[in-house]
Amino acid sequence: MKQGPHLFVMIALVAAVTLFGRVLPTWTLSLATIAASNALIALGIVVLARTGNVSFGQGLFFAAGGYGVALIANAWGVTDAVAQVIIGAVCGGLLGLVIGPLIARYSGIFFGMLTLALSMVLYGALVKSTALGGSDGFNVGRPSLFGMIFTDPREADFMLYAVSVVTTGLAGIAATILFRSELGLASLAVRENNLRVEYLGISANRVVTINFIIAAIFAGASGAFALMAQRHIDPQFAYWTTSGEFVFVAVLAGYQSVAAVFVASLALELVRSFSNLYLPNTWQLVLGVFLLGVILFLPRGIGSLWIRDRHKKKIPTATALSAEKGVVL
Amino acid sequence: MNFFLTIVLDGLIQACWLFIVALGLTLVFGVLKILNIAHGSFYALGAYIAATAVTLVAAHGLPPSLGFVAMLVSVALIASAVGFLLERGLLKMFYGRDEVVLLLVTYAVFLILEDVTKLIWGVNPIYATQPYELFGNVEFAGLYYVGYDLVLIPISAAIGFAIWFGLNRTITGKIVLAVIHNEEMSVSMGVRVNRVYAVAFAFGVLLASLAGALTAPKISMQPGLSSDVIILSFAIVVIGGLGSVEGAAVGAVLVGLARAASVHLMPQAELFMIYLIMAAVLMFRPEGLFKRETARRI
Repeated sequence: MKQGPHLFVMIALVAAVTLFGRVLPTWTLSLATIAASNALIALGIVVLARTGNVSFGQGLFFAAGGYGVALIANAWGVTDAVAQVIIGAVCGGLLGLVIGPLIARYSGIFFGMLTLALSMVLYGALVKSTALGGSDGFNVGRPSLFGMIFTDPREADFMLYAVSVVTTGLAGIAATILFRSELGLASLAVRENNLRVEYLGISANRVVTINFIIAAIFAGASGAFALMAQRHIDPQFAYWTTSGEFVFVAVLAGYQSVAAVFVASLALELVRSFSNLYLPNTWQLVLGVFLLGVILFLPRGIGSLWIRDRHKKKIPTATALSAEKGVVL
Repeated sequence: MNFFLTIVLDGLIQACWLFIVALGLTLVFGVLKILNIAHGSFYALGAYIAATAVTLVAAHGLPPSLGFVAMLVSVALIASAVGFLLERGLLKMFYGRDEVVLLLVTYAVFLILEDVTKLIWGVNPIYATQPYELFGNVEFAGLYYVGYDLVLIPISAAIGFAIWFGLNRTITGKIVLAVIHNEEMSVSMGVRVNRVYAVAFAFGVLLASLAGALTAPKISMQPGLSSDVIILSFAIVVIGGLGSVEGAAVGAVLVGLARAASVHLMPQAELFMIYLIMAAVLMFRPEGLFKRETARRI
């Protein structure tokens, strides 16, 4: 079985990346915050995609998390960043808990369409709800951390960066553990053939539902980050093109490696900000060509750039194992 | 009663152009098994080309009836060429990959076309209203309707009938149906599936852009048009069943009526209603209203 990096190595890596933020210039700091937040929601899509289902409506949970946090922040004055992330995750997770069991029966294109439809239901409702600011949305205050209020914008940016990198890092570690667990392996089996999985006595629907809820939790937390970074929320959070971008990151990353999700998200943000700077009217064009290039030349995502080697190494161990079995038998 | 009639007629007018767009989407899915996210972009492309044609004709002092013809002809020519080239030049490379991968390829095409239309036509709203007055106003049951809107009803009915007839009553149509049912078998029977793919895709693009051209005089063309249209046509084909012509018709009428009803009765629920219908249909009949159940491999 694939071992991957050790738990402590991963924790050390997250800590190192967080501290690295101290030396980064301010503009990279906010870019990295967005990248980490997008990586979190894309990670959820990857988790779900391991069951063979791609959600084109993660904007639903993204918006649910964002609006939940924004409303609670404005109503009760909860400004703590960590609390907001938890609220976002809980909002996303609760919605996932309601929708997950209903949606787990579907697969392939119908799964994608249904998730898209549900996110557009929310979008349609939000655009027309005057109490929530309609299509303009509304603003929220600056986040704080453990009672500290950051007035220096650089410190505030670093705080947000640190919280988002640590959260996303922890989610990444959790996902790595999940991928190696029984559930994670069952998910891959569901992707191959859900009926065979049912014959083996595992409920495929249950596997899909649990993965769906995990993806919803990640998306809700990501919505909280997007809210904190922009200090503004509008129905665009739930629009299908927003969800499309997250699927974009997931495809770019491929479904094999957690680290690839972060690299892909960062790559996308870099491409976006550079083409915003140099090609202001054509960044979608650049994005489209980029996506086509990845699908064409790296069909298994950028993760395949470094995962491939490990697969080659695996083959001899697998044959060795079967040979050993032969001896025992 | 009159109020009810208004809703029905408004709904039918909406359903007309929606039906033409959805027909293209459902045809492409039926033949190529691609759910084309870029379909809305072809609608927008048709609308923009039509606007240019109409404006050019008007600038030369020619009558608007000529503008109407010029817009349809130019859109038909350009759209089918774009569709054909796109299928041969790009989509062909991804056949045999996962359905979801093809979905993403069309998403990339959507992103690219979104900016291409911005580069050519700019970001400010464009109008092409001249042909809209072509058929005058018509009084119907005490209400005044723009003649152009009512003309759309027979036009879309004719297009729908032509597609149905072409698919079910001609040799070419039967070949296309054979490809839809079983591609491998068709190949072994000597059907040039590649050619069917290219023509079907070009036809799908043609239908989307014709709908765009026909609605161009009614609306203002601006960025964001394509993403709104694709969402509506997705809802229609999912309600009707992917790949079904009858389904597209019924779905279009349902969505058109739902839109008209919510505009008149409860304007805040417009988008919401359509998606609620779509989600409800998917919950109870995931294959859509008009799709037969298919066997699956165990």
